[in-house]
Amino acid sequence: MSIKMGADSKRYQTMIKNRQPGKPWLRNSVRAFLAGGTVCFIGQCIQESFVHLFHFSEKTAGNPTVAILIFLSALFTGIGVYDVFGQWAGAGSAVPVTGFSNAMTAAALEHKTEGYVTGVGANMFKVAGPVIVFGVVSAFFVGLVRYLIIKG
Amino acid sequence: MTTTNRLRGLQTWEFSSLPRILATGTAVGPKEGEGPLGQSFDLVHQDAYIGQLSWEKAERKLLELAQQTAVKKAGITMEELTFSVSGDLLPQNVSSNFAARTAGKPLIGVFSACATSMESVALAALLVDSGAATYVLASTGSHNSTAERTFRYPTEYGAQKPPTAHCTVTGAGAAVIGQGTGEVVIRYATIGKVNDLGVKSPWEMGAAMAPAAADTIAMHLRDTGLQPADYDAVITGDLASVGLPILDELLRARGIDLKGRLLDCGILIYDQKQAEVFSGGSGPGCCACVTFAHLLPRLESGQWQRILVVATGALLSQISALQGETIPCIAHAVTFERIREQGGGV
Repeated sequence: MSIKMGADSKRYQTMIKNRQPGKPWLRNSVRAFLAGGTVCFIGQCIQESFVHLFHFSEKTAGNPTVAILIFLSALFTGIGVYDVFGQWAGAGSAVPVTGFSNAMTAAALEHKTEGYVTGVGANMFKVAGPVIVFGVVSAFFVGLVRYLIIKG
Repeated sequence: MTTTNRLRGLQTWEFSSLPRILATGTAVGPKEGEGPLGQSFDLVHQDAYIGQLSWEKAERKLLELAQQTAVKKAGITMEELTFSVSGDLLPQNVSSNFAARTAGKPLIGVFSACATSMESVALAALLVDSGAATYVLASTGSHNSTAERTFRYPTEYGAQKPPTAHCTVTGAGAAVIGQGTGEVVIRYATIGKVNDLGVKSPWEMGAAMAPAAADTIAMHLRDTGLQPADYDAVITGDLASVGLPILDELLRARGIDLKGRLLDCGILIYDQKQAEVFSGGSGPGCCACVTFAHLLPRLESGQWQRILVVATGALLSQISALQGETIPCIAHAVTFERIREQGGGV
């Protein structure tokens, strides 16, 4: 009587395929576009303010702009708003720099109960770490290809 | 004492002494309190931290509160309990073990993930029926945020969940089981086998667990000789809105038609309009809270005469899921009956 792996498993996978609600791709994409665009729009406004109000150059305004976005994201994570926004916006909240900040802050907050060194310090990069690892690795290879093609 | 043969068929126990549910206690968090069953729970906390400093402490506190409430309502003291049978979702069963430190009673720690709720009730009934114990406290609990951080992401991380996801219930339920007076008795318990039909995604627990529930229900009916019509309701633990229709279909394929008798604790506990419910509630606390606060009172009121509660559990670990293993699942079923006069059956 027991259900066994193998043929039954294959049959079951086919059966459940149409019986589970799929991810709402279109809705998710539209929301991600709107939310991500809005985050970038806010970022652009901050950058323009630095240029026009504080006389930064287009280039030097970049860093303080990112710092403000990171701070805002950390703040909204801390007061428990960002995860709600994330559920609504999906990739729109994850892709901009605010998503990275949220990943760091959420992990840091979560592990505070386990101490500052063994908790916060050890786990802060738990979610965001892979982004750095693969970011650096891919940057290395892209740099290598560029060197070989352009300078080699 | 003479030994009675309790085994019916292959995997079902029949308790001829009819152990009773003497009292139950439930304690839940704010989201469960706002749900459709909010009024039924003994204690509803507006603060998800339950006044504690960590989520783990909060889960433990809920379990302790549920246990203390059940014992108090049973009109006995903690000292009078013989054993406590308890389990939860966290690694090393920490909530149950730490709560048992407070209760100070001999503990039988159990784990079947979300099926722990009925596993603990089944074992408690067996202990009472066999004469190995006078009063046994069966309890289970879970907390949304401890489950999030153990099995998913940090609680404040903004990841988007698919509609097939579950919302782990913040709540704990406890029942004092023993011989005495009480309107609800435990007649049968069917211990489930581990089933695995190859579902890998931890976001698809409903589909993963449905075959285990189907197997346990089919075995239960075969072992006891009961027909679907003998039950007023068959309630699963946390298959939720995705898993329940799949279970219905699996049962029909086996020639079992539960026509409108199928319910699910994960669907009952939340209103689909509440935020981030997804397919429904889950966790050992889900089945325990709904069974003790909502289903058993319906038996007591006479609305139902006999129900089967089938708690479903996904036996994955965080590591097994990351290593791409499929999800083994289990389901344990317990038959609760209403008894009108002392000694009388249904």
